[in-house]
Amino acid sequence: MITLSNVKKSFGDNHVLRGVDLEIARGTSMVIIGGSGTGKSVALKCVLGLVTPDSGVIMVDGQDAAKAERDAFLARFGMLFQGGALFDSLPVWQNVAFRLMRGALKRPKDEAREIAIEKLRRVGLKADVADRLPAELSGGMQKRVGLARAIAAEPEIIFFDEPTTGLDPIMSGVINDLIREIVVEMGATAMTITHDMSSVRAIADHVAMLHDGVIQWTGPVGDMDNAGDPYLDQFIHGRANGPIESVR
Amino acid sequence: MSLLLNPLAVLGAATLGMLAALGRISIYGFSTLRHMFRRPFYVKELGIALMQVGWLSLPVVGLTAIFTGGALALQIYAGGARFNAEAVVPQIVAIGMVRELGPVLVGLMIAARVTSSIAAEIATMKVTEQIDALVTLSTHPMQYLTVPRVLAGLICVPILVGVGDIIGILGGYAVATGTLGFNASTYIVNTVDFLELRDVFSSLAKGAVFGVIATLMGCYYGMNSGRGAQGVGAATKGSVEAAAILILAANFVLTGVFFSV
Ligand SMILES: Nc1ncnc2c1ncn2[C@@H]1O[C@H](COP(=O)(O)OP(=O)(O)OP(=O)(O)O)[C@@H](O)[C@H]1O
Ligand SMILES: [Mg+2]
Repeated sequence: MITLSNVKKSFGDNHVLRGVDLEIARGTSMVIIGGSGTGKSVALKCVLGLVTPDSGVIMVDGQDAAKAERDAFLARFGMLFQGGALFDSLPVWQNVAFRLMRGALKRPKDEAREIAIEKLRRVGLKADVADRLPAELSGGMQKRVGLARAIAAEPEIIFFDEPTTGLDPIMSGVINDLIREIVVEMGATAMTITHDMSSVRAIADHVAMLHDGVIQWTGPVGDMDNAGDPYLDQFIHGRANGPIESVR
Repeated sequence: MSLLLNPLAVLGAATLGMLAALGRISIYGFSTLRHMFRRPFYVKELGIALMQVGWLSLPVVGLTAIFTGGALALQIYAGGARFNAEAVVPQIVAIGMVRELGPVLVGLMIAARVTSSIAAEIATMKVTEQIDALVTLSTHPMQYLTVPRVLAGLICVPILVGVGDIIGILGGYAVATGTLGFNASTYIVNTVDFLELRDVFSSLAKGAVFGVIATLMGCYYGMNSGRGAQGVGAATKGSVEAAAILILAANFVLTGVFFSV
């Protein structure tokens, strides 16, 4: 279970998170939606400790994230970065197997490579990309390699920052199914950011909408359409007119 | 306007800024030192860094040294002729190269070649969130990126300086014997007899210090890069400036330490 209580973060005058409260139960899938630039990525990074919140408490399974022993804490997480964040000096398979080749989870090279190729297959990539460098792949392919890396060590908690952005509709479907599968079959806890409403419906158990630095609405995905929240309503129907300004 | 009207304030602010930066760099240096003794140790990264810092720098170092040694021989010959001291060419080339020009020029070439590339690489990694990704994969950027590079600087640059010293002396030798009419074997005997162990030791010690400065500046400025392409550019520029100035300052201090008594 992940709990954010009154988390605040500003960059100078830019008050991005103004008191975020959110709860994600173990083994469920939370999807965070919200306008571009509202701080969704920053919120994920706060949980991981990549960004230090100005105030507020983040608990993971009853343990304060800020005080946890870093290595053990991070070993439970997998993260897909919005931009992929692949190591461009390493070939694709070594990116995917990064965690399996060093540290506590280290295993023989052949085995790590095999796992990497299997994970690549699960994100719809053929074995022949394994030896290429990230820069030689298309944007969508890089995204999927990042996804394979995030799930390679089979973490308990996985964060996906826009997993389907830049993918064709078929590939989006494959990735949505994969995320669902990871949650249902492996019992992982997932937190996904997406702008794609069909992804939201396919992936989410619960949805939270971030707006103006706070969670504007949160609830089960089934309640989303009849929630009666004007902000949520405008967002999920993609209307230009409504309480959310279109210039931000 | 204030820049023109109040030069003292500007100077003061710049000095304070520089001192603060030196403080941060020192903290970063100590932290690097601490992480050197922590597990895991990334052997493969060290191998790559040794290759980048050491082996691939050899051509640049060799060319710099050979031309400098040659020019030095010409200058000393022409200058020495003013008081009938042309014969000291081998001794002065040797001492000039080994004590001063070898370490300083190699250090500056390393700052140009290695510091800039380390800073640009790490800054790009920072800007594209690769450093964040490293952290989430339970890998400490200090241990994975900084320690191997700084160790490579510590190990390789003294060797490069040694090579530079020898090639510089050979450059002087080539010019002296080829065009200035020196006897080949006397030149070598004079050089070897004249150099003291202390000269060689100080040369290599300077190399080690400059190697650490050059690599550490690359890592520090890369890790603290701002956002975007502009951030990478600023980090690269800052790292080379800082490395070059610190190398020259350290050279002054070390020369004082080694040769004042
Ligand atoms: N390291 C940083 N330094 C300064 N400002 C930052 C930093 N990271 C994020 N911001 C700012 O925080 C705000 C939120 O950024 P964030 O990346 O979380 O948006 P987002 O909700 O993920 O948007 P998108 O859907 O477009 O990815 C933006 O205004 C951004 O400029
Ligand atoms: Mg984002």
